[in-house]
Amino acid sequence: MSMIEFHDVNKYYGKFKALKNINLTIERGEVVTIIGPSGSGKSTLLRTINGLELISSGQLLVDNHDLADPKTDMNRIRKNVGMVFQHFNLYANKTILQNITLGPEKVLKMSHVKAAEDAERLLSLVGLLDQAQKLPSMLSGGQKQRIAIARALAMHPKAILFDEPTSALDPEVIGDVLEVMKKVADQGMTMIVVTHEMGFAKEVGNRLVFMADGEIREDSNDPRAFFEAPKDPRAQEFLGKIIHVD
Amino acid sequence: MISILVGHWSELIEGMKYTIASSLLALVGSLILGVIFAMFVISPNKSLNVIGKIYVEIFRNIPLLVIAMFFYIVMPRIFPGLDGFKAGTIGLTIYTSAFIAETVRAGIESVPVGQMEAARSNGMAYLQAMRYIVLPQAIKIVVPSLGNQFVNLVKNSSVLAFLAGFDLMYQGNLIASTTFKTTDTYLAVGLLYLVMTMPLSYFMRYLEKRWSKTPTV
Repeated sequence: MSMIEFHDVNKYYGKFKALKNINLTIERGEVVTIIGPSGSGKSTLLRTINGLELISSGQLLVDNHDLADPKTDMNRIRKNVGMVFQHFNLYANKTILQNITLGPEKVLKMSHVKAAEDAERLLSLVGLLDQAQKLPSMLSGGQKQRIAIARALAMHPKAILFDEPTSALDPEVIGDVLEVMKKVADQGMTMIVVTHEMGFAKEVGNRLVFMADGEIREDSNDPRAFFEAPKDPRAQEFLGKIIHVD
Repeated sequence: MISILVGHWSELIEGMKYTIASSLLALVGSLILGVIFAMFVISPNKSLNVIGKIYVEIFRNIPLLVIAMFFYIVMPRIFPGLDGFKAGTIGLTIYTSAFIAETVRAGIESVPVGQMEAARSNGMAYLQAMRYIVLPQAIKIVVPSLGNQFVNLVKNSSVLAFLAGFDLMYQGNLIASTTFKTTDTYLAVGLLYLVMTMPLSYFMRYLEKRWSKTPTV
Protein backbone atom coordinates (compact mmCIF):
# COMPACT_ATOMS: atom_id res chain seq x y z
CA MET A 1 0.00 0.00 0.00
CA SER A 2 1.36 3.40 -0.93
CA MET A 3 2.08 5.99 1.75
CA ILE A 4 0.88 9.05 -0.16
CA GLU A 5 -1.16 9.32 -3.37
CA PHE A 6 -2.05 12.50 -5.25
CA HIS A 7 -4.67 12.03 -7.96
CA ASP A 8 -5.33 15.07 -10.19
CA VAL A 9 -4.88 17.45 -7.26
CA ASN A 10 -5.42 21.18 -7.79
CA LYS A 11 -5.02 23.99 -5.32
CA TYR A 12 -6.19 27.55 -5.88
CA TYR A 13 -5.71 30.75 -3.93
CA GLY A 14 -8.56 32.76 -5.41
CA LYS A 15 -7.74 32.78 -9.12
CA PHE A 16 -4.09 31.83 -8.62
CA LYS A 17 -3.39 28.18 -9.34
CA ALA A 18 -0.76 27.06 -6.83
CA LEU A 19 -0.92 23.37 -7.75
CA LYS A 20 -1.94 22.13 -11.18
CA ASN A 21 -3.08 18.59 -11.79
CA ILE A 22 -0.65 16.88 -9.45
CA ASN A 23 -0.28 13.12 -9.78
CA LEU A 24 2.27 11.58 -7.48
CA THR A 25 2.50 8.31 -5.60
CA ILE A 26 5.04 7.88 -2.83
CA GLU A 27 5.84 4.44 -1.47
CA ARG A 28 6.90 3.59 2.06
CA GLY A 29 10.63 4.03 2.64
CA GLU A 30 11.15 6.39 -0.27
CA VAL A 31 13.27 9.52 0.21
CA VAL A 32 11.76 12.00 -2.21
CA THR A 33 13.34 15.40 -2.71
CA ILE A 34 11.32 18.16 -4.32
CA ILE A 35 13.29 20.91 -6.03
CA GLY A 36 12.38 23.83 -8.22
CA PRO A 37 12.39 27.63 -8.38
CA SER A 38 10.68 29.59 -5.61
CA GLY A 39 6.95 30.04 -6.10
CA SER A 40 6.74 26.73 -7.92
CA GLY A 41 4.39 25.17 -5.36
CA LYS A 42 6.89 22.88 -3.61
CA SER A 43 6.01 23.97 -0.07
CA THR A 44 2.31 24.13 -0.87
CA LEU A 45 2.44 20.54 -2.13
CA LEU A 46 4.24 19.45 1.03
CA ARG A 47 1.79 21.27 3.32
CA THR A 48 -1.24 19.61 1.72
CA ILE A 49 0.06 16.21 2.87
CA ASN A 50 -0.58 16.94 6.56
CA GLY A 51 -3.52 19.24 5.94
CA LEU A 52 -1.85 22.55 6.75
CA GLU A 53 -3.17 23.53 3.30
CA LEU A 54 -6.39 22.09 1.93
CA ILE A 55 -6.64 20.95 -1.66
CA SER A 56 -9.26 22.51 -3.96
CA SER A 57 -9.99 19.46 -6.12
CA GLY A 58 -8.79 15.96 -6.86
CA GLN A 59 -7.98 13.22 -4.39
CA LEU A 60 -5.21 13.01 -1.80
CA LEU A 61 -4.69 9.78 0.11
CA VAL A 62 -2.32 9.69 3.07
CA ASP A 63 -1.81 6.33 4.75
CA ASN A 64 -5.01 5.23 2.96
CA HIS A 65 -7.14 8.04 4.36
CA ASP A 66 -8.83 10.46 1.99
CA LEU A 67 -7.97 13.94 3.28
CA ALA A 68 -11.04 15.48 1.61
CA ASP A 69 -13.37 13.11 3.48
CA PRO A 70 -14.91 14.96 6.45
CA LYS A 71 -14.78 11.70 8.42
CA THR A 72 -10.99 11.64 8.20
CA ASP A 73 -9.45 12.54 11.55
CA MET A 74 -6.71 15.05 10.66
CA ASN A 75 -5.16 14.68 14.11
CA ARG A 76 -4.61 11.00 13.41
CA ILE A 77 -2.99 11.77 10.06
CA ARG A 78 -0.68 14.31 11.69
CA LYS A 79 0.19 11.84 14.44
CA ASN A 80 1.59 9.59 11.70
CA VAL A 81 3.16 12.28 9.51
CA GLY A 82 5.76 14.49 11.17
CA MET A 83 6.91 17.86 9.90
CA VAL A 84 10.13 19.86 10.08
CA PHE A 85 9.87 23.56 9.20
CA GLN A 86 12.23 26.05 7.61
CA HIS A 87 12.07 28.24 10.72
CA PHE A 88 12.15 25.31 13.17
CA ASN A 89 9.06 26.43 15.15
CA LEU A 90 10.26 24.89 18.39
CA TYR A 91 7.83 25.55 21.25
CA ALA A 92 9.22 28.76 22.71
CA ASN A 93 7.61 28.16 26.13
CA LYS A 94 9.05 24.66 26.59
CA THR A 95 12.50 23.31 27.31
CA ILE A 96 14.28 21.24 24.65
CA LEU A 97 13.31 18.04 26.48
CA GLN A 98 9.66 19.16 26.76
CA ASN A 99 9.64 20.06 23.07
CA ILE A 100 10.32 16.42 22.33
CA THR A 101 8.18 14.79 25.04
CA LEU A 102 5.03 16.93 24.74
CA GLY A 103 3.62 15.22 21.64
CA PRO A 104 4.24 11.66 22.85
CA GLU A 105 2.74 12.49 26.27
CA LYS A 106 -0.32 14.44 25.15
CA VAL A 107 -1.08 12.74 21.84
CA LEU A 108 0.27 9.20 22.21
CA LYS A 109 -0.55 9.19 25.96
CA MET A 110 2.93 7.89 26.72
CA SER A 111 4.06 8.01 30.36
CA HIS A 112 6.38 10.87 31.27
CA VAL A 113 9.20 8.47 32.16
CA LYS A 114 8.93 6.55 28.89
CA ALA A 115 8.68 9.77 26.85
CA ALA A 116 11.76 11.21 28.59
CA GLU A 117 13.76 8.01 27.98
CA ASP A 118 12.77 8.12 24.33
CA ALA A 119 13.69 11.81 24.13
CA GLU A 120 17.14 11.16 25.59
CA ARG A 121 17.78 8.48 23.00
CA LEU A 122 16.76 10.92 20.25
CA LEU A 123 18.83 13.74 21.75
CA SER A 124 21.91 11.50 21.57
CA LEU A 125 21.01 10.58 17.99
CA VAL A 126 21.07 14.27 17.01
CA GLY A 127 24.08 14.93 19.27
CA LEU A 128 22.43 17.40 21.67
CA LEU A 129 21.87 15.46 24.89
CA ASP A 130 23.62 18.19 26.90
CA GLN A 131 21.07 20.81 25.78
CA ALA A 132 17.99 19.03 27.24
CA GLN A 133 17.17 21.59 29.93
CA LYS A 134 17.71 24.72 27.85
CA LEU A 135 15.09 26.88 26.18
CA PRO A 136 14.96 26.98 22.37
CA SER A 137 16.00 30.64 22.38
CA MET A 138 19.39 29.60 23.78
CA LEU A 139 20.22 27.31 20.84
CA SER A 140 21.72 28.10 17.45
CA GLY A 141 19.73 27.56 14.26
CA GLY A 142 21.47 24.31 13.39
CA GLN A 143 20.85 22.96 16.90
CA LYS A 144 17.20 24.02 16.77
CA GLN A 145 16.67 22.18 13.51
CA ARG A 146 18.23 18.98 14.88
CA ILE A 147 15.85 19.25 17.86
CA ALA A 148 12.94 19.75 15.46
CA ILE A 149 13.90 16.51 13.73
CA ALA A 150 14.10 14.74 17.10
CA ARG A 151 10.65 16.13 17.97
CA ALA A 152 9.22 14.71 14.75
CA LEU A 153 10.89 11.32 15.31
CA ALA A 154 9.56 11.09 18.87
CA MET A 155 6.05 10.51 17.51
CA HIS A 156 7.27 7.36 15.70
CA PRO A 157 5.75 8.66 12.48
CA LYS A 158 5.29 6.72 9.25
CA ALA A 159 6.64 9.64 7.23
CA ILE A 160 8.32 13.01 7.84
CA LEU A 161 7.88 16.13 5.73
CA PHE A 162 10.80 18.56 5.55
CA ASP A 163 10.01 22.10 4.35
CA GLU A 164 13.33 23.67 3.32
CA PRO A 165 15.00 22.47 6.52
CA THR A 166 18.37 24.09 5.83
CA SER A 167 17.33 27.30 4.06
CA ALA A 168 17.43 29.44 7.21
CA LEU A 169 20.77 28.10 8.42
CA ASP A 170 24.34 29.38 8.34
CA PRO A 171 26.29 27.50 5.66
CA GLU A 172 28.66 25.98 8.19
CA VAL A 173 25.94 24.19 10.21
CA ILE A 174 23.94 22.90 7.24
CA GLY A 175 26.15 19.81 7.15
CA ASP A 176 25.19 18.82 10.74
CA VAL A 177 21.50 18.93 9.88
CA LEU A 178 21.92 17.04 6.61
CA GLU A 179 23.92 14.40 8.46
CA VAL A 180 21.03 13.85 10.89
CA MET A 181 18.59 13.67 7.97
CA LYS A 182 20.79 11.07 6.32
CA LYS A 183 20.73 8.99 9.53
CA VAL A 184 16.94 9.18 9.51
CA ALA A 185 16.85 8.15 5.84
CA ASP A 186 19.17 5.22 6.57
CA GLN A 187 16.69 3.97 9.16
CA GLY A 188 14.15 3.51 6.37
CA MET A 189 11.93 6.49 7.15
CA THR A 190 9.66 7.75 4.37
CA MET A 191 10.82 11.32 3.77
CA ILE A 192 9.56 14.07 1.51
CA VAL A 193 12.08 16.90 1.45
CA VAL A 194 11.61 20.29 -0.18
CA THR A 195 15.16 21.54 -0.51
CA HIS A 196 17.73 23.61 -2.31
CA GLU A 197 20.50 21.22 -1.24
CA MET A 198 21.33 19.56 -4.54
CA GLY A 199 23.98 17.40 -2.90
CA PHE A 200 21.40 15.88 -0.56
CA ALA A 201 18.96 15.38 -3.44
CA LYS A 202 21.65 13.62 -5.43
CA GLU A 203 23.23 11.47 -2.75
CA VAL A 204 20.57 10.70 -0.16
CA GLY A 205 17.34 11.01 -2.12
CA ASN A 206 16.27 7.98 -4.11
CA ARG A 207 13.69 9.93 -6.05
CA LEU A 208 13.59 13.46 -7.36
CA VAL A 209 10.63 15.62 -8.26
CA PHE A 210 11.19 18.86 -10.16
CA MET A 211 8.39 21.43 -9.94
CA ALA A 212 7.77 24.68 -11.80
CA ASP A 213 4.67 26.89 -11.99
CA GLY A 214 2.63 24.58 -9.78
CA GLU A 215 3.28 21.53 -11.93
CA ILE A 216 5.41 18.45 -11.60
CA ARG A 217 7.70 18.74 -14.63
CA GLU A 218 9.97 15.83 -13.96
CA ASP A 219 9.76 12.82 -11.64
CA SER A 220 12.91 10.71 -11.66
CA ASN A 221 13.83 7.51 -9.84
CA ASP A 222 17.45 8.23 -10.56
CA PRO A 223 18.43 11.63 -9.12
CA ARG A 224 22.02 11.34 -10.43
CA ALA A 225 20.77 10.84 -13.95
CA PHE A 226 18.44 13.83 -13.53
CA PHE A 227 21.30 16.11 -12.53
CA GLU A 228 23.42 14.91 -15.45
CA ALA A 229 20.73 15.25 -18.07
CA PRO A 230 17.43 16.85 -17.08
CA LYS A 231 14.78 16.32 -19.78
CA ASP A 232 12.43 19.21 -19.02
CA PRO A 233 13.61 22.55 -20.50
CA ARG A 234 12.60 24.44 -17.34
CA ALA A 235 14.69 21.99 -15.27
CA GLN A 236 17.65 22.49 -17.61
CA GLU A 237 17.34 26.26 -17.14
CA PHE A 238 17.02 25.88 -13.34
CA LEU A 239 20.07 23.64 -13.03
CA GLY A 240 22.01 25.86 -15.44
CA LYS A 241 21.50 28.80 -13.11
CA ILE A 242 22.54 27.05 -9.91
CA ILE A 243 25.22 24.74 -11.22
CA HIS A 244 28.04 27.20 -10.54
CA VAL A 245 27.43 27.01 -6.77
CA ASP A 246 27.27 23.22 -6.72
CA MET B 1 -7.84 61.79 58.33
CA ILE B 2 -6.10 59.85 61.11
CA SER B 3 -9.15 60.29 63.32
CA ILE B 4 -11.39 58.84 60.62
CA LEU B 5 -9.04 55.90 60.10
CA VAL B 6 -8.88 55.22 63.84
CA GLY B 7 -12.47 56.03 64.71
CA HIS B 8 -14.07 54.08 61.88
CA TRP B 9 -11.46 51.37 61.47
CA SER B 10 -13.88 48.46 61.79
CA GLU B 11 -16.29 49.79 59.11
CA LEU B 12 -13.41 50.58 56.76
CA ILE B 13 -11.90 47.11 57.23
CA GLU B 14 -15.34 45.60 56.67
CA GLY B 15 -15.60 47.60 53.43
CA MET B 16 -12.16 46.48 52.31
CA LYS B 17 -13.13 42.85 52.87
CA TYR B 18 -16.07 43.24 50.48
CA THR B 19 -13.94 45.13 47.95
CA ILE B 20 -11.24 42.46 48.03
CA ALA B 21 -13.78 39.61 47.84
CA SER B 22 -15.60 41.17 44.91
CA SER B 23 -12.32 41.98 43.13
CA LEU B 24 -10.89 38.49 43.57
CA LEU B 25 -14.07 36.82 42.32
CA ALA B 26 -14.27 39.19 39.36
CA LEU B 27 -10.55 38.80 38.63
CA VAL B 28 -10.75 35.01 38.38
CA GLY B 29 -14.11 35.10 36.60
CA SER B 30 -13.15 37.76 34.08
CA LEU B 31 -9.85 36.03 33.29
CA ILE B 32 -11.66 32.75 32.56
CA LEU B 33 -14.46 34.43 30.57
CA GLY B 34 -11.95 36.68 28.83
CA VAL B 35 -9.81 33.75 27.65
CA ILE B 36 -12.91 31.84 26.51
CA PHE B 37 -14.30 34.78 24.53
CA ALA B 38 -10.86 35.59 23.09
CA MET B 39 -10.79 32.04 21.74
CA PHE B 40 -14.31 32.53 20.34
CA VAL B 41 -13.21 35.70 18.55
CA ILE B 42 -10.26 33.98 16.84
CA SER B 43 -12.11 30.67 16.36
CA PRO B 44 -12.30 29.30 12.81
CA ASN B 45 -15.92 28.39 13.68
CA LYS B 46 -18.19 31.13 12.23
CA SER B 47 -20.94 31.06 14.86
CA LEU B 48 -18.53 31.06 17.84
CA ASN B 49 -16.73 33.88 16.10
CA VAL B 50 -19.89 36.00 15.82
CA ILE B 51 -20.92 35.26 19.41
CA GLY B 52 -17.49 36.30 20.64
CA LYS B 53 -17.43 39.53 18.66
CA ILE B 54 -20.94 40.55 19.75
CA TYR B 55 -20.15 39.83 23.42
CA VAL B 56 -16.96 41.87 23.35
CA GLU B 57 -18.45 44.82 21.47
CA ILE B 58 -21.56 45.04 23.66
CA PHE B 59 -19.94 44.83 27.06
CA ARG B 60 -16.89 46.88 26.18
CA ASN B 61 -19.04 49.77 25.00
CA ILE B 62 -21.65 50.04 27.77
CA PRO B 63 -20.78 51.85 31.03
CA LEU B 64 -20.01 49.50 33.90
CA LEU B 65 -22.63 51.25 36.03
CA VAL B 66 -25.37 50.45 33.50
CA ILE B 67 -24.38 46.77 33.38
CA ALA B 68 -24.21 46.59 37.19
CA MET B 69 -27.58 48.35 37.57
CA PHE B 70 -29.11 45.92 35.09
CA PHE B 71 -28.04 42.98 37.26
CA TYR B 72 -29.14 44.78 40.44
CA ILE B 73 -32.54 46.11 39.33
CA VAL B 74 -33.68 43.98 36.37
CA MET B 75 -32.22 40.51 36.88
CA PRO B 76 -33.60 39.92 40.42
CA ARG B 77 -37.05 39.57 38.77
CA ILE B 78 -35.73 36.30 37.36
CA PHE B 79 -33.12 35.51 40.03
CA PRO B 80 -34.51 36.85 43.34
CA GLY B 81 -31.30 35.99 45.25
CA LEU B 82 -29.24 38.72 43.54
CA ASP B 83 -28.19 41.28 46.14
CA GLY B 84 -26.03 44.33 45.50
CA PHE B 85 -22.76 42.51 46.14
CA LYS B 86 -23.55 39.64 43.78
CA ALA B 87 -25.07 41.86 41.07
CA GLY B 88 -22.12 44.25 41.22
CA THR B 89 -19.57 41.45 41.11
CA ILE B 90 -21.29 39.80 38.12
CA GLY B 91 -21.44 43.15 36.31
CA LEU B 92 -17.79 43.82 37.09
CA THR B 93 -16.80 40.34 35.88
CA ILE B 94 -18.64 40.66 32.56
CA TYR B 95 -17.49 44.21 31.92
CA THR B 96 -13.83 43.41 32.64
CA SER B 97 -13.94 40.12 30.70
CA ALA B 98 -14.74 42.02 27.48
CA PHE B 99 -11.53 44.04 27.86
CA ILE B 100 -9.51 40.97 28.84
CA ALA B 101 -10.88 39.11 25.81
CA GLU B 102 -9.55 41.88 23.56
CA THR B 103 -6.18 41.86 25.33
CA VAL B 104 -5.82 38.07 25.20
CA ARG B 105 -6.93 38.01 21.54
CA ALA B 106 -4.16 40.44 20.67
CA GLY B 107 -1.75 38.27 22.67
CA ILE B 108 -2.79 35.09 20.84
CA GLU B 109 -2.41 36.83 17.49
CA SER B 110 1.08 37.98 18.39
CA VAL B 111 2.26 34.38 18.93
CA PRO B 112 3.91 33.37 15.63
CA VAL B 113 1.58 31.21 13.53
CA GLY B 114 4.38 28.63 13.22
CA GLN B 115 3.85 27.69 16.88
CA MET B 116 0.28 26.57 16.17
CA GLU B 117 1.34 24.84 12.93
CA ALA B 118 4.13 22.97 14.72
CA ALA B 119 1.79 21.83 17.50
CA ARG B 120 -0.86 20.66 15.01
CA SER B 121 1.83 18.91 12.94
CA ASN B 122 2.93 17.23 16.16
CA GLY B 123 -0.52 15.59 16.32
CA MET B 124 -2.11 17.90 18.87
CA ALA B 125 -5.76 18.86 18.48
CA TYR B 126 -6.59 22.58 18.13
CA LEU B 127 -7.54 22.93 21.80
CA GLN B 128 -4.44 21.04 22.97
CA ALA B 129 -2.24 23.29 20.84
CA MET B 130 -3.95 26.31 22.38
CA ARG B 131 -3.72 24.95 25.92
CA TYR B 132 -0.07 23.86 25.90
CA ILE B 133 1.63 26.09 23.34
CA VAL B 134 -0.24 29.21 22.22
CA LEU B 135 -2.11 30.41 25.34
CA PRO B 136 0.87 30.17 27.74
CA GLN B 137 2.91 32.34 25.36
CA ALA B 138 -0.01 34.72 24.75
CA ILE B 139 -0.68 35.21 28.48
CA LYS B 140 3.00 35.87 29.09
CA ILE B 141 2.97 38.55 26.39
CA VAL B 142 -0.10 40.27 27.83
CA VAL B 143 0.86 40.17 31.53
CA PRO B 144 1.67 43.91 31.60
CA SER B 145 -1.70 44.94 30.16
CA LEU B 146 -3.51 42.33 32.25
CA GLY B 147 -1.89 44.01 35.25
CA ASN B 148 -3.47 47.31 34.21
CA GLN B 149 -6.86 45.64 33.80
CA PHE B 150 -6.66 44.05 37.25
CA VAL B 151 -5.81 47.38 38.87
CA ASN B 152 -8.71 48.96 36.99
CA LEU B 153 -10.91 46.15 38.18
CA VAL B 154 -10.14 46.82 41.86
CA LYS B 155 -10.88 50.51 41.37
CA ASN B 156 -14.03 49.79 39.34
CA SER B 157 -15.33 47.60 42.16
CA SER B 158 -16.33 50.91 43.79
CA VAL B 159 -19.41 50.63 41.58
CA LEU B 160 -20.75 48.38 44.36
CA ALA B 161 -21.33 51.52 46.44
CA PHE B 162 -24.24 52.38 44.13
CA LEU B 163 -25.85 48.98 44.66
CA ALA B 164 -25.54 48.74 48.44
CA GLY B 165 -22.67 46.31 47.98
CA PHE B 166 -21.02 47.07 51.37
CA ASP B 167 -17.63 47.75 49.76
CA LEU B 168 -15.02 50.30 50.81
CA MET B 169 -16.59 53.14 48.82
CA TYR B 170 -20.01 52.33 50.29
CA GLN B 171 -18.62 52.48 53.85
CA GLY B 172 -16.83 55.73 52.97
CA ASN B 173 -20.08 57.31 51.80
CA LEU B 174 -21.79 56.26 55.06
CA ILE B 175 -18.98 57.66 57.22
CA ALA B 176 -18.90 60.92 55.24
CA SER B 177 -22.63 61.42 55.55
CA THR B 178 -22.73 60.74 59.31
CA THR B 179 -19.58 62.62 60.37
CA PHE B 180 -19.69 65.40 57.71
CA LYS B 181 -15.86 65.08 57.58
CA THR B 182 -15.96 64.58 53.80
CA THR B 183 -12.36 65.58 53.02
CA ASP B 184 -10.81 63.34 55.65
CA THR B 185 -13.09 60.44 54.82
CA TYR B 186 -12.44 60.38 51.09
CA LEU B 187 -8.70 60.89 51.65
CA ALA B 188 -8.74 57.88 53.96
CA VAL B 189 -10.75 55.84 51.44
CA GLY B 190 -8.36 56.80 48.65
CA LEU B 191 -5.40 55.77 50.78
CA LEU B 192 -6.95 52.38 51.47
CA TYR B 193 -7.56 51.80 47.73
CA LEU B 194 -3.85 52.53 47.20
CA VAL B 195 -3.00 49.96 49.88
CA MET B 196 -4.86 47.37 47.79
CA THR B 197 -3.82 48.36 44.26
CA MET B 198 -0.12 49.13 44.74
CA PRO B 199 0.86 45.59 45.88
CA LEU B 200 -1.18 44.20 42.96
CA SER B 201 0.78 46.37 40.51
CA TYR B 202 4.06 45.25 42.03
CA PHE B 203 3.00 41.62 41.97
CA MET B 204 2.10 41.82 38.27
CA ARG B 205 5.42 43.47 37.49
CA TYR B 206 7.18 40.70 39.44
CA LEU B 207 5.31 38.05 37.41
CA GLU B 208 6.29 39.82 34.20
CA LYS B 209 9.97 39.69 35.13
CA ARG B 210 9.88 36.14 36.41
CA TRP B 211 7.97 34.67 33.48
CA SER B 212 10.27 36.26 30.96
CA LYS B 213 13.05 33.99 32.16
CA THR B 214 11.32 30.65 32.68
CA PRO B 215 9.37 28.14 30.61
CA THR B 216 5.71 27.78 31.52
CA VAL B 217 3.94 24.50 32.08
